[in-house]
Order: sequence, then C-alpha cells, then structure tokens
Amino acid sequence: MSTTAVATPTNGNAHASVKLPIYMDNHATTPVDPRVVQAMLPYYTEHFGNAASRNHQFGWEAEQAVETAREQIAKLVGATAKEIIFTSGATESDNLAIKGVAEMYREKGNHIITAATEHKAVLDTCKRLEKNGYRVTYLPVGADGLINLEDLKRAIDEKTILVTIMYANNEIGVLQPVAEIGKLCHEKGVLFHTDAVQAIGKVPVNVIKDNIDLMSITAHKLYGPKGVGALFVRRKNPRVQITAQIDGGGHERGMRSGTLNVPNIVGLGKACELAMNEMAEESKRLAYLRDRLKKKLEDNLDEIHINGSMEHRLPGNLNMSFVYVEGESLLMGINDIAVSSGSACTSATLEPSYVLKALGLGDDVAHSSIRFGIGRFNTEAEIDYVADKLIDTVKKLRELSPLYEMVKEGIDLKKIQWATEGH
Amino acid sequence: MAYSNKVIDHYNNPRNVGTLDKSSSDVGTGLVGAPECGDVMRLQIKVNPDTQVIEEAKFKTFGCGSAIASSSLATEWIKGKKVEDALAIRNTDIVKELSLPPVKIHCSVLAEDAIRAAIGDWKKKHASAEPVTVETAQAKA
Repeated sequence: MSTTAVATPTNGNAHASVKLPIYMDNHATTPVDPRVVQAMLPYYTEHFGNAASRNHQFGWEAEQAVETAREQIAKLVGATAKEIIFTSGATESDNLAIKGVAEMYREKGNHIITAATEHKAVLDTCKRLEKNGYRVTYLPVGADGLINLEDLKRAIDEKTILVTIMYANNEIGVLQPVAEIGKLCHEKGVLFHTDAVQAIGKVPVNVIKDNIDLMSITAHKLYGPKGVGALFVRRKNPRVQITAQIDGGGHERGMRSGTLNVPNIVGLGKACELAMNEMAEESKRLAYLRDRLKKKLEDNLDEIHINGSMEHRLPGNLNMSFVYVEGESLLMGINDIAVSSGSACTSATLEPSYVLKALGLGDDVAHSSIRFGIGRFNTEAEIDYVADKLIDTVKKLRELSPLYEMVKEGIDLKKIQWATEGH
Repeated sequence: MAYSNKVIDHYNNPRNVGTLDKSSSDVGTGLVGAPECGDVMRLQIKVNPDTQVIEEAKFKTFGCGSAIASSSLATEWIKGKKVEDALAIRNTDIVKELSLPPVKIHCSVLAEDAIRAAIGDWKKKHASAEPVTVETAQAKA
C-alpha cells in the first residue's frame, strides 16, 4: 500500500485526521524507532570497521560499539554481557539454541520438550531433530493458551535434555509461566530455552528470576532493525554449552562465526536501552489502548470471542474471533488497517492457524479471528478509527452471512450436515 | 493478496443479498460448503412455474471476498434465465469473469454447486407435485 490518505468519517464519528493506512500488526514487525536509526547511521559510514579487526582504530570503534550493545541487551534482561551472542535474528537463535544443545548433550539424552503453540522456528527445528534420532514431546495447551505444569513435569524423563517454551505467543500474546517452567527444569537438571522475541521490552524479562538458560532475542519486534538478533547463553548455574551451527572465523566465542553486523547490533542495543527506560510507561499505555479497543468492540458487537487468556497476556495484544464472519473478507473490508487473521485464506498453507486450533477452537472460529498488535506509535485516535471501521464491517458482513442468520433464527449449526469433502 | 476490480466491486456492492421463503413451492434453496472450511454459500431462486424462468435470486455467503463475489455474480447471471440455462453456467465462467487466482478457484466451484443445489431443491419440490419427465430425472442424477 503506497497511498496515504486522511480518514473520512464513515459513520458520523469524527476521526480527526487519522493518517491512513494504520499499522496495527506489531507482532509481525515494528517500525524502527527514529532514535534507533540515528544511533545506527554513523556505523554505516564513519565507523564502518570490522569488529574483529584488532589492530586499528576502525576495528576498535566497531568492537566498542558492539560491546556497548551487548551491555545494553544484557542489562534489559538481567544477563551479563558475555552471555549475549549475536545472530541474524530469532530464527537463527532458536536453531542455534535447540540444535546446539541437542548436539552438545547428545550423550546425556535425546529428548526435547516443546509446546504445540510454538513458533515455526522452534517447531520445525524440533521436527528436523526428530528425523535425526531425537524424540520430541509437543505439550498441549489449555483454552487459555497456557501449558499445564503438571503435563511438563510428567513429560520430563531421564533422557530429557531441553525444554523449549516461548515467553509470549506471537498470535495470541499469552505469557507462559516461564519462571515456574524454568524452576522445574532446574530441579530436574534439564536446560530451559525460551523464545522471548514477543516479550522482551514489553514485559519485564529477567533470565535469573525466570530461571532461563537460553533465550532468543530479536531487534525488529522491539523497534529495532530486521536481520539482527541475539541468543542468551547462561554462563553459570548451570554453565550452558552449545555446539556451533555455523563454522568459520570463531566469532562470538566460537558459538557463531561470521562478521558482526555492527550497525544492526548498535540498533538492537539502542532499542533495548529505550525499552529499559520506557517499558513501564509504555506497557501501561498499550494496555489502556488495547482495553479501549476491546471494550468498544464488545459493546457494539455480539458473538465475539477472545482467544487465549486475557490475564496472562502482552499489553499490546488482542486476538478476537468475529464469529460467522470469515477473516479474509473482514480484512478486505478494513483494507486501510494492517492487522492479521488466523483464517486459512490468509495463510500460505491454506490451513487455519495451528495456534488457535491448539486452544481447542473449531476451524470456523479460527477462520474468523483477527490479531491486533498495538505498538509504540499507535494513538488513541487510531484505536477509535479501527474500532469503528471494524464494527461497521463486521455488521455489514453479518448481513451477508447465512450462518449469522441461521444462528439468530435459533438453528444449531453443529446439527447441520455440512458437505465438507472436497473443500 | 490483490483482488481484481470486479471482485472488489461485488464485495463492496454485493448484488441480490437476502433471503427468500424457503418453504414456498416456487423457491429452491442451495446451502453448500461448511463453516470449518471457511466458506458457506446459500443461494435461493424463485422460479415461475409456467415459464421455468428464475425470477428472483438471492444469496448470503460466509467466506472470503472471492466467495462473496462468486455467489453475488452467480445470482446476477441466473436471474432471468430459464432453469436449464442456469444449469449451463460453469465455474470456469466465473473464474474468467472475476479473474480469480488459482487458490480461489474453489470459490467458483462452490458457486456452481450452489446454483445446482438450489435448482435441485426446486426440482425436488416439483417432482412430487408434477409427473417426472425424463429430462428432470436426468438433471437430478
């Protein structure tokens, strides 16, 4: 979408000069904060050195910048700088953590535990390991999206080497009981990895309090640049070792070879510093905006369904199903607003969201879901515009929906013999 | 995903949205698809018993923009046609008219199914009231 327009009120409400389109998909990625861009720029031109060049000033400057970023990241998550390994992003961090532990601890065991609602970067990595002789347990989640600690306890056996459970879910924003999971792992002598990309900078994350051994971090969900991330690897109690997955010049203490992307790393560090200073205020503001959106939708529409726990959730996340309206058609009606849907029609695989299905929701509810990701640059005026536009569109599409009409007539849709084959 | 202008037009201004009295003997109702699959179309026709002409066509669709457009277009096309001529409409005609991409072809198939189901329902109502001709028996098979 390249057009920029000023909103015209569609339903009599004044939406004073909301700039369109509105970006409300901050779980997919976030815009880079201008302050982060400013911090990065000198490292493209003036201070362009290779951080591994140990014998001249250009290299020293780059190295210094990298070490400052390492400190900034470590500070935000309660780690030490030496425990931060730079990568190209969270997918690489997840791969490095899981495969790196699997390979390093192969003698100890071959069992890994994860959850059904993990990101594909974790699930597909686990699937790859299954082909190589590892055993993987995929824990189910409840209707709230949370794993059951008793399930985890039962799943751990003498061959278990790693538990990998995400901090916050990218679709429904629910926060897993990470500290308890980590505690349990440590009691059982099992390593605990968490993909924390959605949580860092949004809620307080502390690797000590949360008993985390390995943690994936990315910059672009945190108002930093794309293409850079980090992996926290604990150095004591326990000292975690991983087998490198990329061979080369032995950068990052041998765990991840490859010339460091200095400007991006500076950006990640700056983004963490901003989060450190602003997170407390920002999370309050985001929760206020999210709750405002939720209330407006709930006050004006019936047959809506919140997906996942509201209590254990990121402040900027709302995932709602507008039952009897299909998600893609809903997105089409709000095409000046960028959000995501769990509908099959919007996915490359033509399957509805596996995360929503894991909550026990029927495919029909998954097809009707919209994920709102509210972020640093969203305003109250935007929230009001989104709410009004969505209410209008849902009402319009329900006028068109045979299912909504049937339900209103008292027909039980589950009792109808639908011809499901062939579609 | 980019939609064709015709799909957008049908989505923004769907033709013939509504409900006919399904208990009327002149009305045929087709309900196809399934909520779990993300598409349900209900297409209804009102047929003049003397001329066999579809005088009214109404639809309601739960589905993506292409499904809504396919069923909206289907009602537009069958209105004013004789029942047998309406049966000649093929999903490929709908694909062509709306420039549907390959992943949306199933929407057009569903629209063709909906036309057939509505006509089938109407014929069933008349099969008991009127003598079954060879022609209608074949059409039902």
